Amino acid sequence: MRISREKLRWLYETMYRIRRFEETMLEQTFRGNAMGVTHPSDGQEAVPTGICAHLTEKDWIGSTHRGHGHCIAKGLDTKAMMAEIMGRYTGQCKGKGGSMHIADFSKGMLGANAIVGASVPLAVGAALTAKYRGNEDQSIGVSFFGDGATSQGVVHESMNLAAIWKLPVIFACENNQYAEATPAWYAVSTDDISARADSYGIPGVQVDGMDVFAVYEAAGQAVERARAGDGPTLLELKTYRYHGHFHADDPKKYRKPDEEEEYAERDCLQNFEKVVIQQQAMTADQLQEIRDEIEQEMQEAVEFALNSPMPPMEELYSDVYVEYSNPLVGLR
Amino acid sequence: MTTAEATTTKTVLSDPGVLVPGPGYDVPGLDVRYRDAFNQTLRDELNHDPDVFIMGEDISGGFDRDTLEPLDAWGGPFAATKGLVQDFGPERIRDAPISEAGFVGAAVGAALTGLRPVVDLMYFDFVTVAYDQLLSNAAKSRYMFGGQTKVPMTLFARSGGGTGHAAQHSESFYSMLAHIPGLKVVVPSDPYTVRGLLAAAIRDDDPVFLVNDKKLINMTGFCPEESFTIPLGKGRYLRHGDDITLIGMSYTSVVCKQAADQLAEEGINAEVVDMLSLSPFDEDIIIESVMKTNRVVIVDEDTPRASMASEFAAVIADKAFDYLDAPVKRVTGPHTPVPYNKGLETAFMPQPEDVVGTVRTMLGV
Ligand SMILES: Cc1ncc(C[n+]2csc(CCOP(=O)(O)OP(=O)(O)O)c2C)c(N)n1
Ligand SMILES: [Mg+2]
Repeated sequence: MRISREKLRWLYETMYRIRRFEETMLEQTFRGNAMGVTHPSDGQEAVPTGICAHLTEKDWIGSTHRGHGHCIAKGLDTKAMMAEIMGRYTGQCKGKGGSMHIADFSKGMLGANAIVGASVPLAVGAALTAKYRGNEDQSIGVSFFGDGATSQGVVHESMNLAAIWKLPVIFACENNQYAEATPAWYAVSTDDISARADSYGIPGVQVDGMDVFAVYEAAGQAVERARAGDGPTLLELKTYRYHGHFHADDPKKYRKPDEEEEYAERDCLQNFEKVVIQQQAMTADQLQEIRDEIEQEMQEAVEFALNSPMPPMEELYSDVYVEYSNPLVGLR
Repeated sequence: MTTAEATTTKTVLSDPGVLVPGPGYDVPGLDVRYRDAFNQTLRDELNHDPDVFIMGEDISGGFDRDTLEPLDAWGGPFAATKGLVQDFGPERIRDAPISEAGFVGAAVGAALTGLRPVVDLMYFDFVTVAYDQLLSNAAKSRYMFGGQTKVPMTLFARSGGGTGHAAQHSESFYSMLAHIPGLKVVVPSDPYTVRGLLAAAIRDDDPVFLVNDKKLINMTGFCPEESFTIPLGKGRYLRHGDDITLIGMSYTSVVCKQAADQLAEEGINAEVVDMLSLSPFDEDIIIESVMKTNRVVIVDEDTPRASMASEFAAVIADKAFDYLDAPVKRVTGPHTPVPYNKGLETAFMPQPEDVVGTVRTMLGV
């Protein structure tokens, strides 16, 4: 597999940006600056990064409650994301959506979704639009969802729809092996989720989701297949979340230390650094430079968010409908 | 109750003129948290009837990889089922995958065949994932099969704003359930009423949905020590007064009580009716109070269109029209989803000041 230097840099930068964004936003959450619950995705960075590396702004992604990584990999602005988490008017959704609902339609990001499984058919719908329009812009849909979401009926309905209509969509199942405290070995009937693709007559591939090169390669094939009009692919990306389910959750209550250590050793950033230095594709200095830049970006994002205004009260009533001549502002 | 801090015997309510459905006055009890009263009731009912079992996501909190034993890491969502799996085992405290339509439907099937399932749906918003099973199967089976069968199941979930959970985790759409013939809906407002209503719901032979507002869950209040039931379909007075009636349900009953306390300082004597049940609901208590006070404000956190507030207003217009000295007023959420930003979210939810302001306008003071 050949990856251009430019792309390599992007992969590292994106994974590191996600890592630091999650750590920074957690810190802000604990300081009381977030206005609600946050679900960090650190540990899983290689998945959205390796997949979105193949996408353009014309492609669409659907996301989950654990959506910050998807947003960043799809090119969303970290300032507007941080501001959204802090409920500010300058946030990605004017402070009305919060951490679980970050969206940017100008970047092909269909929105984080707090109903487990609910965003999967949206990516199928985006692929339907692409096909309906004769694939003129070659755009595809990508649905990110967790191992827990595979228990939802709508996820299976979506895969069947995409298969029979041969839609350009990728089902990216981020199997971090837990849904809240519930292990996938309890809640999912198989230890090979990708094998379920067989029953829809589509390709299914199990991928090491801790290895961005493996994700990049598998996603490349799935994207190519989708763009060529050959239909959907199910990718199961085996990964791990370093933090608890949400900011205040202690995963030690339901996960073993050896398991956490095993994944820490397979950390996507550390392994990337090892590989690119070993193969002399990037230098330690270059990597450091990227990290410094991102450090700066995170500080700016926090400052921007903290200095941003709260939404005005009219925002409570706006955006309910496109047009509504007589808004019902509460009976008081 | 093991979890309580206080140990004194208290009476249910200090005002003996206030109606208290349930065990009555001067019963021994303690100050407990709402969630502990809830947990204790589940325990009582699991002990009371071996056919009662609980299903829901994460209710036994993960499993040990090596021993395969449940860990109870979270105590279930909002700690509702804490400690139950240790005492009743994983068959009766059945942890379910994220398959609301599937396990609510399975609960209907189990109820049709003789068990008494209790389902934890976590957040109230997830009702809609399982809505078809509730509407088309749970609520209609008895009727469309000509009374051959019954569906003795109970569901519960957490509603309401106030926790920064944003649009998809803050619903209060009670009327979407109350609209369904065949389904009963109850909305306790403190530890006492959740104990009595949850027990009554589980013992009832029809499907019953019990809604817990998130803002109530950590509140403390009096609860009798012994298990008891509160009749479904009955409201209660939280306060007597002559000047105006405030009608609340779930957490808005707390809001009404706070508003009434503020109004009392201004010399306005408000009566507070706590509905407790939304379907069937206590028409008599509404009419009785309105006939006395001639003015009424209904406080509902749900969006206003086709809401419980609207339904109560319709009943008042129909049955107490001649007693009204002012139009019926509703204090509700606006017709919008629940916003994330704290300031907007607070503005969404009916506050005591909103109720007080509405009352002042109605009384022209
Ligand atoms: C329909 C629905 N049911 C339950 C929940 C509560 N919930 C939020 S996240 C979650 C676990 C999701 O697990 P998974 O799909 O594996 O994603 P992960 O959290 O691991 O990223 C649950 C049960 C929800 N948000 N929506
Ligand atoms: Mg998971």
